[in-house]
Amino acid sequence: MKNLDSVFWAYILGWAIFFAFYLSIAKRSNDLRAEVERLKKSALGSSREK
Amino acid sequence: MAKRVLLGAAAVLLVIAAAYASFFVAPEERTMGVLQRIFYFHVSCAWAGLTAFSIGFLANLLYVWKRKEKYDWLGVSCAEVGLAFTTVVLISGPIWAKPAWGIYWTWDARLTSTFVLWLLYISYLLLRTLIEEPDRRALLSALFGIFAFIDVPIVFGAIRWWRTQHPAPVIMGGPNSGLAPGMRGTFFFAVFAMHILMWFLIAERYSLEKMRNELELVRQEAEAI
Repeated sequence: MKNLDSVFWAYILGWAIFFAFYLSIAKRSNDLRAEVERLKKSALGSSREK
Repeated sequence: MAKRVLLGAAAVLLVIAAAYASFFVAPEERTMGVLQRIFYFHVSCAWAGLTAFSIGFLANLLYVWKRKEKYDWLGVSCAEVGLAFTTVVLISGPIWAKPAWGIYWTWDARLTSTFVLWLLYISYLLLRTLIEEPDRRALLSALFGIFAFIDVPIVFGAIRWWRTQHPAPVIMGGPNSGLAPGMRGTFFFAVFAMHILMWFLIAERYSLEKMRNELELVRQEAEAI
């Protein structure tokens, strides 16, 4: 089939962009969650010391 | 959280079904053949991107009016998601253009206005990284977002107002436009699927922005202790 490669690349690259964007949101969320946990623990630790 | 998981599952299933319909349900177009099947993906992404920018525009207006941070979170979420969809449009378009027109790119009104739109929202996101103070960042980026949105109706109208290399609109394009019935059903299904995906991505991005705000509060509490 003529031009099937163009159709293939348009879809594959498009989905790759959406997937990469979703992964970037998931990674940023995980980093923030870890940071919140770390801060909560350090706040709890310093309040116990007092 | 459970709602977002359900929405994500629905988005994935719908876009898979839309891709299946684009390849196996829609009839083959006479002049372009299989190449025309990019249309269902390219145009539905463009519509979803413009919808995201429109929601972002409303959020920016609401922020300027009410100064509630949830509108700032929504504004930046819509800008990022709209930018992702516009990036897909700017990549799938040239891939379609090369075999159809013989060139990847030309500076016609539709292509140029879409590229300018992409640059404007990149600038919007860059502007946010340059301002430290949250209220000032939210206000200035909302004002810039309102300005950037001016290009959205230009992108929509470019192929209606000017003669361009880009094809004339097949939907809302006047009396001589339109799609064959088999193509129309698949197209609107693809548009629906992309809008569900857009909604899911905005919800995910919004929750990230909300979490960032919570982190700021925890940080302030930790500093107070």
